[in-house]
Amino acid sequence: MTRTKATIYGWLLLLPAFVLLVSFTHWPALATIHASFFTTPKGTRPAIYVGLENYEAMFDDPVFWQAVTNNLIYALGTIPVSVALAMLMAIWVNEKLAGQSWLRLAYFTPTVLPMIAVANIWLFFYTPDYGLIDQIAHAFGFGATNWLGNPDTVLYCLMVMTVWKEAGFFMIFYLAALQQLSPNLAEAAAIEGCGRWTFFRRVTLPLLMPTTLFVLVNAVIGAFRLVDHVIALTGGGPNNASQLLLSYIYDIAFRYWDTAYAATLTVVLLAALSGLALFQFLVLEKRIHYR
Amino acid sequence: MIAARGIPRTLETTGAWVLAAVWIAPLVYCIWAAFHPPEFASRFALDAPLTLANFHKAWDAAPFARYFLNTFALVSLVLAGQIVLVTLAAYAFARFEFVGRDVAFALVLVQLMIMPDVLLVENYLTMSSLGLVDTILAMALPYMASAFGIFLLRQTFKSMPKELDDAARVEGAGILTVLWRVYIPLARPTYIAFALVSVSYHWNNFLWPLIVTNSVGTRPVTVGLRVFAAIEQGVDWSTITAATLMSCAPLLVAFLLFQRQFIQSFMRAGIR
Repeated sequence: MTRTKATIYGWLLLLPAFVLLVSFTHWPALATIHASFFTTPKGTRPAIYVGLENYEAMFDDPVFWQAVTNNLIYALGTIPVSVALAMLMAIWVNEKLAGQSWLRLAYFTPTVLPMIAVANIWLFFYTPDYGLIDQIAHAFGFGATNWLGNPDTVLYCLMVMTVWKEAGFFMIFYLAALQQLSPNLAEAAAIEGCGRWTFFRRVTLPLLMPTTLFVLVNAVIGAFRLVDHVIALTGGGPNNASQLLLSYIYDIAFRYWDTAYAATLTVVLLAALSGLALFQFLVLEKRIHYR
Repeated sequence: MIAARGIPRTLETTGAWVLAAVWIAPLVYCIWAAFHPPEFASRFALDAPLTLANFHKAWDAAPFARYFLNTFALVSLVLAGQIVLVTLAAYAFARFEFVGRDVAFALVLVQLMIMPDVLLVENYLTMSSLGLVDTILAMALPYMASAFGIFLLRQTFKSMPKELDDAARVEGAGILTVLWRVYIPLARPTYIAFALVSVSYHWNNFLWPLIVTNSVGTRPVTVGLRVFAAIEQGVDWSTITAATLMSCAPLLVAFLLFQRQFIQSFMRAGIR
């Protein structure tokens, strides 16, 4: 096939997918950046170019900074715990302990549930007085706690739910990686008299590194993208204590209809995700290559 | 891993089981509350009577049948669109040396990081200028050109022996015939894996459908459940848990029946 012919066929095959991809990913990303330099059009009044005013307003907006801080705490709190648990789960499932398939089922099931259902289930645990956690607390003589109504605890409540939902999902990737490791390694190490912990630390862990990096990237994207539970349980409150970046964007855009400011906030999110993409492309791709 | 023996192994088995019990407890609790009268919602007694009354109440209180129909339509539409678009695009990337291929592929990969979920405002404006707000199509359209699907299927197509392709061409088969007769049948496991991942994702998707729908006729189950629970808030736990269980039931049952298939699909989708 000549190159001209290949080019025609190639682009024709690609065209339908490419049109949708550009319309709903590339174009809106560029339009978001563009909109961040204008005011929100209202009624008959068109958008006016205001330069960096929206950005200045954003840097002066304490809620924005709180959302960013919350999102960082949320990411730093959930990701290491879910990843460590995922690794532990995968190792246990892979070891053929008694009832292996039941273990795998128990660990993985939360992954299949919609976040919105997870929120409903956990809402019951967190309800003051009547909820399960407080009932247990009562039994030990503690008083009622408004877990979701207290700015000091609300974010951690959401984090616990997230770890519960995500760990089983990440376990799958580790399980896949563990099953590809050669059993010869363990045999050789056992003959050498290598202990289990040493083997894990010196052999398994390094060999799982590419998987860990892959999981980490996905977990970071998830920490910025999944806010269903915030919207369902707290609406970002109380007093923005559980506001994450995307849930704040949702509030600004669809509750206050300030689309220009929402666009400005979205640019920050896009920058964060692009930074992550760049990091993955420049740093991780090189390391993952040896697989 | 080196297998543990003796006491360490017993300890590990215990640990694994304790973790599993903790992990499944919230769901078990949800099932308990849904199948027992409200007075047993937080009181655990062995003689608590079983009942389906909570499900009746939830089913009557909100148009769940319609919500399920909407979700079903959404999931089918997304999947059908994805399979056609993704197949054609993956075939182009895997087997055609066309001008601009690498740039085009890089542009596809952008969507792995920046998913339509993040670009809420602009996508909403697009839908509204197309007059598509509050339609099933509006919920489905941004997800149809799945970069993840293109990537996955391209890998599969590339791993197939080129000789098969050449042989079919020599026989005089056109490019679409080759795709249909050679590539698609051989990629079946990848299609199944992709379909399971896609269906679970879109069955559970919430934020974009929440934004782009505003009536009973289009709302999927997740949004319907949210609307229902928001109205019922604090009133009757048993009914809410019944509604919650109901809304995840189809996926949950499918998962329990085809557990191996599900897990292997997720694994396959994760390995590059």
